[in-house]
Amino acid sequence: MDKSEKTQFRRERLDRGIKARTDTIYAIASFRDMLYLILPRVLPLVLMVVLPLLLGEYWRKVVCYAAVYGLLALSWDFLGAIGLFSLGQALFFGVGAYMAGALNLYFEWPIYYTLPAATLGGALFCTLLLTPVIRLKGVYFAMVTIVIPILFSRTIVAGGIFGGTHGIVNLTPFKSDLLAEYLILFALIGCLFAFRRVIGEDYGLVMHAIRDDDRAVMSAGINIYWRKVQALFVASAVGCLAGAFMCHNYQFVGPSAFSLDYSLLPLAAAALGGPGTFVGAVLGSAILIPLSEALRDFGGLRMVFYCLILIASMILLPEGIFHYIARKYHQFERTVKI
Amino acid sequence: MSIFIYGLTQSVTLMLYGYGFSLVYGISGIANFAHGGFYVLGGYITWCIINLLGLSQFTSAVLTVLIMGFLGFVFYWGILLRIRGIILSELVITFVAGIAILEFLNWKGLYGFYYNLLPFVEGDITVGEVSVDYQRLIVLCSGAVLAGLMWLFVHHTKIGLSFRGIAQEERTALSLGIESDWVGSLSMALGSALAAVAAILILPLGVLEANVGYEVLIYAVTVAIVGGLESTPGMVLASFIIGFGQILVAEFIGSSWMIIVPLATIVVILALRPSGLFGKFKELEERV
Repeated sequence: MDKSEKTQFRRERLDRGIKARTDTIYAIASFRDMLYLILPRVLPLVLMVVLPLLLGEYWRKVVCYAAVYGLLALSWDFLGAIGLFSLGQALFFGVGAYMAGALNLYFEWPIYYTLPAATLGGALFCTLLLTPVIRLKGVYFAMVTIVIPILFSRTIVAGGIFGGTHGIVNLTPFKSDLLAEYLILFALIGCLFAFRRVIGEDYGLVMHAIRDDDRAVMSAGINIYWRKVQALFVASAVGCLAGAFMCHNYQFVGPSAFSLDYSLLPLAAAALGGPGTFVGAVLGSAILIPLSEALRDFGGLRMVFYCLILIASMILLPEGIFHYIARKYHQFERTVKI
Repeated sequence: MSIFIYGLTQSVTLMLYGYGFSLVYGISGIANFAHGGFYVLGGYITWCIINLLGLSQFTSAVLTVLIMGFLGFVFYWGILLRIRGIILSELVITFVAGIAILEFLNWKGLYGFYYNLLPFVEGDITVGEVSVDYQRLIVLCSGAVLAGLMWLFVHHTKIGLSFRGIAQEERTALSLGIESDWVGSLSMALGSALAAVAAILILPLGVLEANVGYEVLIYAVTVAIVGGLESTPGMVLASFIIGFGQILVAEFIGSSWMIIVPLATIVVILALRPSGLFGKFKELEERV
């Protein structure tokens, strides 16, 4: 037999029947179909409500932390959807934290005012700051955004602004830990569902189009810079909220609010979970942050193991965890003869 | 006079930091954020060879450069090649690899004054009224020699020409039989070797600490970006602007503001002229 006639196989992916059915109105025909649709959406909600009640104090703090990083990762992913590749979520985080801290300390505003004020005011500040460089694309935008937070933190240290190295201390804490946890978790869930909705609408379609081919969108008579400014505002508002929350939670804000961690971890979370889906960003931070806590036993080697795990998982699963899970959920694979 | 001399050394130092980074980015399009990690690792390997194996300074320098070149090759061939083209993954992986190296060295105890490399030649010379130690002169000279050698290498050797081919137009280069994976790996090898060279030359002037890596990375990125990512003359010019800028700021405002200079420069340059001082290729592509 000729060598070239050897039978070869390839793998084929097909949508599950239930997926095809539930895409249409017939979804309400059977309970199982409805469950298929509802379960993935309700499960995270239930998890978020139940988790703070089940866990001990230490792990509740970790969940809080993961939610903050989740917000930053969402903000990163939202910018990514319009083609702005940011490396500076720390800018949003730091600006939000400093703004809330300064309002709280110098003007003695209570928390219910500082949080929204820092979210909106910080977003306005960041948007105005980044608007001049919004024309940049790719690695160039990334470079500007990575540098600005470092610049801010060094200026604060060198100039002794806002307490310099010592930062602003003795901020008002939240009334109870549980309140704080639910606040941040619901902010996270709210953002997640809102972003997924927005990206499914026409508005999100335009965002993706700007990412894929901005000139085509321009020729369709849409002002892409105005859209980018809007996306920037939304993303920075989310980042600032995370920062404002964190500064009240710690009752402290210092130059470390601009540290590279807040830029890099959300990025790694999004890359691990699957960029472009928002769920991936949340999933990634829900894995990475507890992982880094679990590795605490390794002491000094913690970061090393953490980095190695991250590298390994990114090589083995380049598409991201969420893409993988979604594929398994909606499709099945089989081997066919060529 | 002292401003001139210190400015000159600072500039050449920055140029040495940036050389490897800019080379790798120009050729393979990968922003190698592990550069700072490679730099410190180069210094550490040299220290190990000198102090644990007891070889002479020159031999260990050569050995280190070879080892680092090999490591860079393995890093590209073994890891980066698998996720080539996914910019996000490239970025995260190089960054994370750099952090892994630096944190590992931190864990090994690479801080304080225990680990240090001795200058090649002790002593100093007085120029004008400033005393300059020989190591700074060596840095100056070798910076100039290195720049010259690199120019000769990329313009007059076969590998160098294939580097430039891939950098300019990857598909055309491929059709002429230049293999881009191979060239990419070689460029990463050369980039890491250059990081090691920089470490061996510059580290005797300061201390060998893991945290130095982060600063080296910031400088390397700044110099490469400001000069235009694929342009070597641009990078050299940028390191002179920033180097002298830093020394002037340290002289007249205060040394704690030194780090602000490169950061502010990068923001200003990118806002005004995003392709850098001398960058041409990417101008249309990166800016609508």
